[in-house]
Amino acid sequence: MSKLILERLKAQFGDDILEVSSFRGDDVALVKPARWVDVARFVHDDPRCDCTYFVDLSANDRCDPRTDDLDMDDRFEVYVIAYSVAKKHRVRIKTRLPGDEPRLATVIPVWSGANWMEREVFDMFGVHFEGHPDQRRILTYDEFKGHPLRKDYPANRAQPLVEYREGTFNKLGPFLQDEGMPLNRSAAPDERN
Amino acid sequence: MEPVDLDFEEADLELPSEPMTLLMGPSHPAMHGTIRMILKLDGETVQDVDIQPGYLHRAFEKMSERGTWSQVFPYTDRLNYVSPLLNNVGYALAVEKLLGVEVPRKGQLFRVILGEMSRISDHLTCNGAMAMELGAFTPFLWYLKAREWIWEACEEQTGARLTHSFFRIGGAAMPPTEKIQSQIRSILPRLLEVVTEGESLLLKNRIFLDRTQGVGILTKEHALGMGVSGPVLRSCGIDYDVRKDKPYLTYAECDFDVPVGEDGDTYDRFMVRAEEIRQSCRIIEQSLDLMKKIAPGSPEDAVSIVDPRIVLPPKDKVYTTIEGTIAHFKLIMEGIDVPPGEVYGYTEAGNGELGFLLVSRGGGNPWRVRVRGPCFFSLQAAHDMIRGKMLADIIPTFGSINMIGGECDR
Repeated sequence: MSKLILERLKAQFGDDILEVSSFRGDDVALVKPARWVDVARFVHDDPRCDCTYFVDLSANDRCDPRTDDLDMDDRFEVYVIAYSVAKKHRVRIKTRLPGDEPRLATVIPVWSGANWMEREVFDMFGVHFEGHPDQRRILTYDEFKGHPLRKDYPANRAQPLVEYREGTFNKLGPFLQDEGMPLNRSAAPDERN
Repeated sequence: MEPVDLDFEEADLELPSEPMTLLMGPSHPAMHGTIRMILKLDGETVQDVDIQPGYLHRAFEKMSERGTWSQVFPYTDRLNYVSPLLNNVGYALAVEKLLGVEVPRKGQLFRVILGEMSRISDHLTCNGAMAMELGAFTPFLWYLKAREWIWEACEEQTGARLTHSFFRIGGAAMPPTEKIQSQIRSILPRLLEVVTEGESLLLKNRIFLDRTQGVGILTKEHALGMGVSGPVLRSCGIDYDVRKDKPYLTYAECDFDVPVGEDGDTYDRFMVRAEEIRQSCRIIEQSLDLMKKIAPGSPEDAVSIVDPRIVLPPKDKVYTTIEGTIAHFKLIMEGIDVPPGEVYGYTEAGNGELGFLLVSRGGGNPWRVRVRGPCFFSLQAAHDMIRGKMLADIIPTFGSINMIGGECDR
């Protein structure tokens, strides 16, 4: 059924689709990172693909630190899964990024749900999404060192203690005299005088 | 009588109008102890909200990479701890998809039955807790009473009340016990009665209706783009259910309906869950009947496949024969040798599409286990359900998306 999508993708993007497969019924297309957003938009907008339902976006570290170079060219594999509710087919689009400063364009304009998933991939793998409006860590915390789902992150590594945070929220009580809500109404004019 | 404060005009008051920042959670009871919301309030109206998950992050995915394929099962129990059996089924099916094996018919029916029981307990908890957070304590207690019957049945079958770890790659830990089928049959009518009773307290209650109808609305298009699934998606009017759209196990043989809502508000989510409980009961009854029709002693009459490379040998063989001992040792120490490949296996869990993306490089350990927890997506969409509404509306809205910390933060 969704073989059709893979054929459409190949016809539309030609050599930019590096590889297609249908292992165990999962239709997968591997694309060049430069065409990542174009392919995503095509799958979303094309009436015969119609994959408007965002299923998942995550990544996979392909580097085995025992045998591979950590800076290998195709270390991180980011994938997105999209589904068509009307046509009942789904497709997985993948792309591979280098181990050294992996960067990829965001697909939030295509599927708004990619926001948190891209934050998670940034958190866990350290992949930067260009154009992401809110690139923060999501499951761990700001002071976390490293990216835990990278294969070269040892599972037993301890994290340093977090320093006391100053000024994360500038509106925490107790309020100063000239800010926040006064407790009674008559207090306000008195303060002005 | 003269007004007391004559000293100033009302217009001179100049009340401060800057927004107020309020931290809600993680220790707020409605946030389940695992979510922090930073709210920007204008009076009681939520101008903006930043939802911060991650307080229950236990590195599920990292831990899964360190053990064998079978050792992931106890972790899946703790993803959605209200319906652990559904997670077991989801993970087992994903690994079986990668292996290319299929469980015998009785095992499939058994997975459907226990899975649907778990789904009922999930929905009962969600609906009951949501009503309780709105002040209706009685339905919550009644629903928990019904959930207790389900857990007793699960205990009878699996020996555990909460974290069952019951299903295995290639089958189940045990065949159905003698009592379990009649026990489940006796639960169902009582259970439906309790559900109806609980609804009778809520659905004519003015407070409950006012606080749920038109609150926390999620639109169709937004839900699709956000990747929301399960009852939250169906309440928006989209009839996407993995059990219907890509039937797995024996769901294709069962006759059941997929309830959908219209407005996508909190009330619709409540009603969709309530109706799904009834449909689950129908599925269980039909599956029990189908199970009865299986001829005893036939190849279909088994819960696990026969393959010494995947399924552990029976204990009497392990303790008496050398072949059994070796097979047991190899499976436990080295794990199941899953061929290299990459699959995305997905099922309909209590909160929606539970997906496992598994990557194998051969050998006994998973290379990557990615779990697509449906709550994480629903919680992301909660941002738009909450924004622009009243502070008090957060409670029912948040309750109705059924955020389960274990699955959301993994």
